[in-house]
This record gives sequence, C-alpha cells and structure tokens, in this order.
Amino acid sequence: MKNFLIIDGHKIKDSYWELEKSLMIEMLQKMYEIRFFEGETEQFIIKGQIHGTCHLYVGEEATAVGAIYASEKKDYITSTHRGHGHCIAKGGDLKLMMAELLGKATGYCKGKGGSMHIADVTSGNLGANGIVGGSIDIATGAALTCKMKEKDKIVLCFFGDGAANRGNFHGSLNMASIWNLPIIYICENNQYGMSTPIKEAFNIKRISDRKCAYNIEGLTIDGNNLVEVYNTIKHFSEYCRSGKGPVLVECLTYRWKGHSKSDAQVYRSKEEVKEWMEKDPIIRYETFLIENGVLSKQEAIEVKEKAIKAIEEAVSFAEDSPFPDPSTVEEDVYA
Amino acid sequence: MREITYLEAIREAMQQMMRINPDVYLIGEDVAEYGGAFGVSVGMLEEFGKERIRNTPISEDAVIGVATGSAVTGMRPIAEIMFSDFITIAMDEIANQAAKIRYMFGGKAKVPLVIRTAGGGGTGAAAQHSQSLEALIAHIPGLKVVMPSCPYDAKGLLIAAINDDNPVIFIEHKLLYKNKRYIQHVPEEIYEIPLGKGDIKRDGKDVTIVATSFMVKKCLEVSEQLKTDYAIDCEVIDPRTIRPLDIDLILESVKKTSRLICVEEACGFGGFMGEVAAQVAEYGFDYLDAPIIRITGRNCPVPYSLVLENEMIPNHERIKKGILDLLRKN
Ligand SMILES: Cc1ncc(C[n+]2csc(CCOP(=O)(O)OP(=O)(O)O)c2C)c(N)n1
Ligand SMILES: [Mg+2]
Repeated sequence: MKNFLIIDGHKIKDSYWELEKSLMIEMLQKMYEIRFFEGETEQFIIKGQIHGTCHLYVGEEATAVGAIYASEKKDYITSTHRGHGHCIAKGGDLKLMMAELLGKATGYCKGKGGSMHIADVTSGNLGANGIVGGSIDIATGAALTCKMKEKDKIVLCFFGDGAANRGNFHGSLNMASIWNLPIIYICENNQYGMSTPIKEAFNIKRISDRKCAYNIEGLTIDGNNLVEVYNTIKHFSEYCRSGKGPVLVECLTYRWKGHSKSDAQVYRSKEEVKEWMEKDPIIRYETFLIENGVLSKQEAIEVKEKAIKAIEEAVSFAEDSPFPDPSTVEEDVYA
Repeated sequence: MREITYLEAIREAMQQMMRINPDVYLIGEDVAEYGGAFGVSVGMLEEFGKERIRNTPISEDAVIGVATGSAVTGMRPIAEIMFSDFITIAMDEIANQAAKIRYMFGGKAKVPLVIRTAGGGGTGAAAQHSQSLEALIAHIPGLKVVMPSCPYDAKGLLIAAINDDNPVIFIEHKLLYKNKRYIQHVPEEIYEIPLGKGDIKRDGKDVTIVATSFMVKKCLEVSEQLKTDYAIDCEVIDPRTIRPLDIDLILESVKKTSRLICVEEACGFGGFMGEVAAQVAEYGFDYLDAPIIRITGRNCPVPYSLVLENEMIPNHERIKKGILDLLRKN
C-alpha cells in the first residue's frame, strides 16, 4: 500500500489498492456503460433519429472514468464536444442523457442543447462544449472560485489535443500558474483533431512539454490504462487540493469511431485503428481485475449485463418521452 | 447544359482562380485530406498540394490573422472558418485588423482576403453551430459581406471576392451545399458577379420580399404557393451582398409593389433586415402603402430539438402567414 510507482519520471503513490473493491468494480461498469451508451447512440445515428451530430467516446473510456473516480464528488469537471463519457463517469443520469440526444422534453437540457451541450451543474459537471477549447477558460474560472471561496474543491478540465492549440489554452494555463489555481488540465490526446494528426498540428513530441512554458507540473501517461490514470489523477488531485497549483496531464488514447456523424476517415489506416483497438481499455482493465482476483469471470459478465440493462432502460425512457412543446422555444430567454 | 450544386460551384471558383493565380491559396482547419467539414475542398489537395491547401491547427484567431498578414504582403488567401459561429473567435483579427488596415494606413495598404464560412441552422447542430451572424460583421466599416443563395451566384460572387482587394466575408449556407433540388446551370468559364448588385429572383407586382441565403429558397417556394392558392404575385429580391447593399434595386421594387416584407434567418433584434427596413423607410416612405414587416429568427439561441429549431427559424407557414396578413391588412 505504501508503494510508489514511477510514471513518466514522476514518483506517484499507488493509491489504487486503497480503494474499496466495490469502487474498483463500479469503474468497470461505468466503462461498459459508456461503451454501450455510445453503441446505442451510433444506432440512433444510423437510423436517422438523431437530428444533430454526435462525437463518440468509444476507446477513450479509461481516461474519463479513471480521472473522475480519482477526484471527489464535490469537485468540478468541464467536458468537450466528445462529452458523453465524462458525463456518465461523473454520475450523469443515462435516461436524461439519451432523452436529450433524441431531442426530448425530458432530456438534460429540455431538448435545447443536444449532445454537445449536456450539463449537470448541480453535480459539478459544467457541461460539454460545442466550441473546441471552449471549456478551458471556464474551467480555469471555476478553479478561481475554488481558490477564493469553495476552498476544498478542485477542477478537472478535459480537452482534446486539437484544443491545446486554441489561444485560450495559453491564457488560461498562464493565469492558473500565476494564481496557483487548483486545476488539473487533462489533455485527451487521441492522436487527431478531426482529420489532423498531432504531428501536423504540433512541432513538439509531447503536449505535456508545454508545462515548461508555465512552470507547472505535467506528465504524459497511458490514457488507456485505467489504473495508471486513476493513480496519476489521485496523486495530483491531492497536490492541487493542498494548494500546490495547476497540473497538465496528457493522456494518450485513441478514438475508435469516425470524428462525428459522417467521416470517411481517409486520413488514417484501418491497420492503425486495429492496432489501437487491441489496446482496448475495457478489456485491459477487466483482465487486470480478474488476474488480481478482484472479480471472477462470471462476475465480470454480470457487470457487463448490468451496464447493458441500464442502457436499455435509458433508451426506452428516451423513446417514450415526448418532444418539447414548440411554445417553450423562448423559455429561459432573458434578453 | 451542365447543372451543378452550390458546393461544386464554390469549389470550381476556387480551383479556377488558383489555376490562374499562384498567389491564391486556401487555409483552414481540415481543408486538405478531409476537404473541409462540408467537403467543399475535396480533391483540391491532390491538384494543388499541401503548400496551397494549407491545413491549420485549431486556432481560428491565428488563421485569420495569418491570412491577413499574408494578404497585406501580396498573397490572396481564402481562409475557411468551419462554422460561421467561430468567426467570433477571430473577431479581433477581422474587426480591428483586416477591416481597418487600409483606412488606418491612409489608403496605403490593401487586404485581399476572403473568409469563407458556413452559416445558418436547420441541421440540428444547436446553439454554437447554427447561428446567422452576418449583421455582426456587416456592422463594421471595411468588410464586404456576401451571402449567395444559388450555385450561379456562388461561383460569380466568389470569383469577384477573390479578385477584390479588400476583405470579403463569404457566408455559405449548409442546407444549400449538396441539395440536388437547388442545382442549376453554371457556366464553365470564369465570370464575376459584382459585389453590391442584388438580383430579382422572381418578378411580381403585389408585394416585395427581400430575403437572403436559404431564406430566398423558402420565399420562392412560398411565392409559388401563394400564386396558386391566392393569385398573389410576390417579387423576391436577393441582395446577394448585404454590404455593400443594392438599396436602389429594393426601392425600385417597392415603388412598384408598395409593400415590403423582409425575411431573414438571423435573430431579428439588431439584424440586417432592420437596416433594409430603415433605408426603405428613409428613402422610400412615400412608396409604401403599408407598414414594413419583418419575419426573422426568434430572439433566442438556436435550439437543438427539431420541433424547437423549426419554431425558431422562419418556416414556410410563418412566411406565408406574414405575407397574407400584410396583404389583408390593407
Ligand atoms: C473553435 C472550434 N473550431 C473548430 C471546431 C470544429 N471541430 C469540432 S471537434 C474538432 C476537432 C477537435 O479535436 P480535439 O480537440 O483533439 O478533440 P477530439 O475530437 O479529438 O476529441 C473540430 C475541429 C469547433 N467545434 N470549435
Ligand atoms: Mg483529438
């Protein structure tokens, strides 16, 4: 239990084994919920039942689940256009999420937001965002609140590799550094921003190297390894909470599906996708649990079935829900 | 005669101008292999190479600023902003730099920059990917704003924009790109439609409708219904460029019909049609037999759900009702 790991040159406490067994298993279930939620969403897209677009999180589950379970319930998160995974990991209601995707009145945003705007402010989820990088400064502002008023909270700010090139990334990280804000910037490097590979968008090997520009802590980890993500974020959430300032964590991962609704994926090879699918974060974590005797094979199947059932219920709820009344269009308009 | 889509017309204008002028280049997010989010530049990478079909990181402000800097120094960039909503990210570069350089420098510099961007809703893309922000840009002196409604206009206007020595914001509509219903004969040769010249899309005598972009299509469809069902004869005017504005063409029409309806997808408050209405009231008050009517997007963000989006953006029924109300009021 007192063991330390070396992750990307950093001495990090191995706190995973301090977790209750039920939480270890819950993380597997959450990953499955994300996987199956996205599976159903894809079906709705194919059937033409989703009016707008969606960005699927399949393949990246370990990053959202590992990081959010390493933080506390009271902490804030900000999410991205690829936000279903963060929302589910933060305890979002699957029914309200699915209803929102179908544009129903019972959805998280009463049908006004859709996939890219799902938020659950009361639980600390400050929302998905249609603007790439749009949440980086919102998250930094939430961290300012944590510094000035809600002193025991921290912020997890998720964003993509593509978003790291927005101008507000620089402004935000610099402010977080000079003001010593309690925030972990979690860059989900899934190798592409839409069709643009990282090697074309950056002239540095590691996005976490940008920590030097702000004189903050930072490192690059395996975003498909749930235990590594958990340990790293746990370690740095304690660091942040104790007032040591911001951190930049780059999680290496991969999106299995096309960028959004329609994407012929001409910019990458099938072999590359296959290679990454072999690093499936769910299979890796499930195998880890079984090998370490946390879970039997039969119990793993039960976890999976529980997740499937939860998604089925969400789908029924969404399908049975009514569309919003057109007269609600100007509700919540104050100017 | 060959007929092509709006998207193909835009692509052809870019290709033909790039062939004859090595200073013209395309810059933007995912414009190369992917061909842009809507596929407008598909195939252009193969012909022109990475140097001139230039993919950028996600940095809208820098994309526009860099394009402006290269324009001032002799290039003729076409910068693509994926969704017109994201021009707000580059608003400093657009409003404080590109728009003002020529004037501020006493006329001693020019900025031959074209910003192409996709505007409008109807695709379920919700509040941050569906806006119609033309009024925001047209308000600023030093920017020309173009909103083509058909393939023929799109090609001729884009060529004029590329040849123009000043910044032009070229707003395309997502629902027009690939819709085969709106294909049209477009000449294969290079031709220009002058910026600042509107077009009468339908001749009529009973009421003048001024509309832009996708709303032109809706108004034309409603006009046909009204002709059949009520023998009402609408004249539909498409200004094509909202700045400079061809107010003479509109005044001429109002003189004939004595009634004006302005239709726009954008939120009405502070919208472009407010400018049209004001100018007609100022210069054509005596021609009018009835108050000017505006039919606009509701004053709220664009909602996601189809039922709500249809309610927010002017639809056929709302336009029809507006016209009937105006004509009966008299
Ligand atoms: C400011 C802005 N520019 C462009 C887009 C269009 N767009 C949506 S997602 C995306 C790629 C984002 O890449 P990344 O940040 O790496 O996230 P990923 O999609 O890989 O999860 C782009 C260009 C946008 N939504 N917002
Ligand atoms: Mg990415």
